[in-house]
Amino acid sequence: MTAAGIIFSNIHDATIPELTGRRTMASIPFAGRYRLIDFALSNMVNSGITKVGVITHYNYQSLLDHIGTGKDWDLARRTGGIKILPPFITAYDNATAGRVYSTRLEALMGVMSFIDRCTEDVLVLSDCDVICNVDIANVIRKHEASGADFTVLTTTVDTAEQPLDSHAQVPVVDENGRVVDMAEYNGQQGRVKVCADIWVANRTYIKRVVTEAIAHGYKSFYRDVLIRNLAKDKICAVEYDGFFARINSLASYFSCSMRLLDPANRVNLFYRRNQPIFTKVRNSTPTRYSADAKVVGSMIADGCVIEGTVENSIIFRGVKIGKGTVVKNCILMQDTVTGENVRLTSVITDKNVVIRDGRELCGCESMPFYIGKQIMV
Amino acid sequence: MFKKKECVAMLLAGGQGSRLYALTDTTAKPAVTFGGKYRIIDFPLSNCVHSGIDTVGVLTQYQPLVLNEYIGTGLPWDLDRNHGGVKILPPYQAKSGADWYTGTANAIYQNLQFIERYDAEYVLILSGDHIYSMDYSKMIDYHKKTGAACTIAVIDVPIEEASRFGIMSTKEDGTIFKFSEKPKNPDSTKASMGIYVFTRTKLFDYLIADAKDPDSSNDFGKNIIPTMLAAGEKMMAYSFEGYWKDVGTIDSLWEANMDILGENPVLKLNDSHWRVLSRNENAPPQYIGPDAVIENASITEGCEILGTVRNSVLGANVRVLAGAVVEDAVLMGDCVIRAGARVSYAIVDRDVVIGENAVVGKPRGEAKGIAVLGEGYEVPAGGTVADGAIVSAKGGAM
Repeated sequence: MTAAGIIFSNIHDATIPELTGRRTMASIPFAGRYRLIDFALSNMVNSGITKVGVITHYNYQSLLDHIGTGKDWDLARRTGGIKILPPFITAYDNATAGRVYSTRLEALMGVMSFIDRCTEDVLVLSDCDVICNVDIANVIRKHEASGADFTVLTTTVDTAEQPLDSHAQVPVVDENGRVVDMAEYNGQQGRVKVCADIWVANRTYIKRVVTEAIAHGYKSFYRDVLIRNLAKDKICAVEYDGFFARINSLASYFSCSMRLLDPANRVNLFYRRNQPIFTKVRNSTPTRYSADAKVVGSMIADGCVIEGTVENSIIFRGVKIGKGTVVKNCILMQDTVTGENVRLTSVITDKNVVIRDGRELCGCESMPFYIGKQIMV
Repeated sequence: MFKKKECVAMLLAGGQGSRLYALTDTTAKPAVTFGGKYRIIDFPLSNCVHSGIDTVGVLTQYQPLVLNEYIGTGLPWDLDRNHGGVKILPPYQAKSGADWYTGTANAIYQNLQFIERYDAEYVLILSGDHIYSMDYSKMIDYHKKTGAACTIAVIDVPIEEASRFGIMSTKEDGTIFKFSEKPKNPDSTKASMGIYVFTRTKLFDYLIADAKDPDSSNDFGKNIIPTMLAAGEKMMAYSFEGYWKDVGTIDSLWEANMDILGENPVLKLNDSHWRVLSRNENAPPQYIGPDAVIENASITEGCEILGTVRNSVLGANVRVLAGAVVEDAVLMGDCVIRAGARVSYAIVDRDVVIGENAVVGKPRGEAKGIAVLGEGYEVPAGGTVADGAIVSAKGGAM
């Protein structure tokens, strides 16, 4: 089966307003050198997909900057490649003039012309607030073998490690892999099977159900399309058991990031055979550690200069850690500069933050102290 | 339709670099890894781009596979242009026969068509042997201003080292009146950097004449420059100040790598106005384990450091496992240093595996020389590689 991809770049932005104030969910920096969309894009590219539409909504300048021509994902193509699908707003129809889509369903309706022009058998739909490394080609094979109209990727999470919110959909799957019921997450603790918000669907099926749902004035993709059609259509589930994280708050951004400092998680996400995670390449130098540097249990991107102490932290590209500075349990995004004798504990700094000499800032794991983009402390 | 280019660069990248031994067994010297994430050729290519030269012919001959793949379309240097850009120029078969490049001048001679195609007024000749950042546009301006037939970039070297270089004797205004290749008793300290700007017509005249001379070894330093000087052409020396290092030997390659370390590195790679561009690996950030010790090191993406790294330069995807110690070493990339192994004063090429508790080289103070491990070499668990030894996967010990 041939496949094309669609990525929802702004989905659930409101859950993490600190980081999405000036960017999309898709362009939130993650794991030292990535943006969240890199995982969705890499999953698609690694499964042989060469045509990907990225649905945008607002604030998508940073996303356009990150994607560029798509070359870094090998998606700068004459045929197919990456297509940015900005909201379609008509100026003439009074009912909808100036109104941007508000739900996933409307978003899909808005890109119907893209879906129409595709010739592929299936569409792979993916959100950006989920972080995983899935062999989608295998999901497509299972989708084909089961004869399903729509296949939902599911995964089982431990709520102690990965807190869930009402955006998570909890499916009930029978012994044949068919989804028989689905509901919003209701607070159940322990190990919970949830939708990974990656779907494989027959293109003609998507076209039909979305058009019908819009014609009925429905709003929700899950509630009005999937759940209504569970009995009528064949909706199946495929389970994924690799690293999975879902970002739904600043605290979960922090904890998801920190989980990568566990070598098993890091290997599971980044070192799957034939499934590398691609990102935009920046011409950084290697990271330079001074003779006084002390770094343990940390993930460090290129282009940094480390002259102080870094423990249990994630350091993005181009960060400078001054002499005598101690950074513990922190996430310092691209080009953060710390002066000398600074103390940072459980702090998230956004891009281009400057921390002057001698400052001491401290958050805690459930409430990391966040410093916005380009702020000087 | 071809538009005119004022200046094209011709980068001589065909040399074997035999004094790098195992490091150039399967790779041309310009493609040798430097500073963790660069290849030597990144330096002249980046200089070209930053100097506004967008048409570069790269003359290849010896083991071009890695180099060709590395340069690719030229995208990392923004040299994937519709008109111009970087072009690989290997020896080719012509109507009158096929020849390997017999010397540096012959390589350019066989590609005069390339220069004609862009109707260039000036030709910049570069080599892929040096680590330096230089604005060629200033040198070309100097060449135009002085109206020289040929301008040669020179750098001041200590008098005791001058006999290793081609030495220029100049008048006060920079006019060259004498050129001596590796003189025993140098009378000047102005060493040729192997960077030439020629006025195209002059270059063509002398290359064509040189090609007809059966006794010529078709070399710029040995033939073209002395002939032009003897004929009374206006030859100017352009003085360059700054970091410049020939990395043609194991020792100099090791030293140049070490120059990127320290609080104020002698060789600055992160100059925001003159960034050295390279083809980046797609690898996750480096991971530094809970018991790692890192002191004075340069480490690249994809590395996993669980042991100790001191005074060393590590390329991408190097794994230093628990209890392993790397000191005063250059590891080019994709190497694995297994638990308990020790690597001292060494250059280790790509894809080398050093087994558990193996010992490579001796501490710098005690070692006879730098240990060199060629691409893909494997040191078995508990094995040793002597200090100063040069070993390669293909040829064994040398």
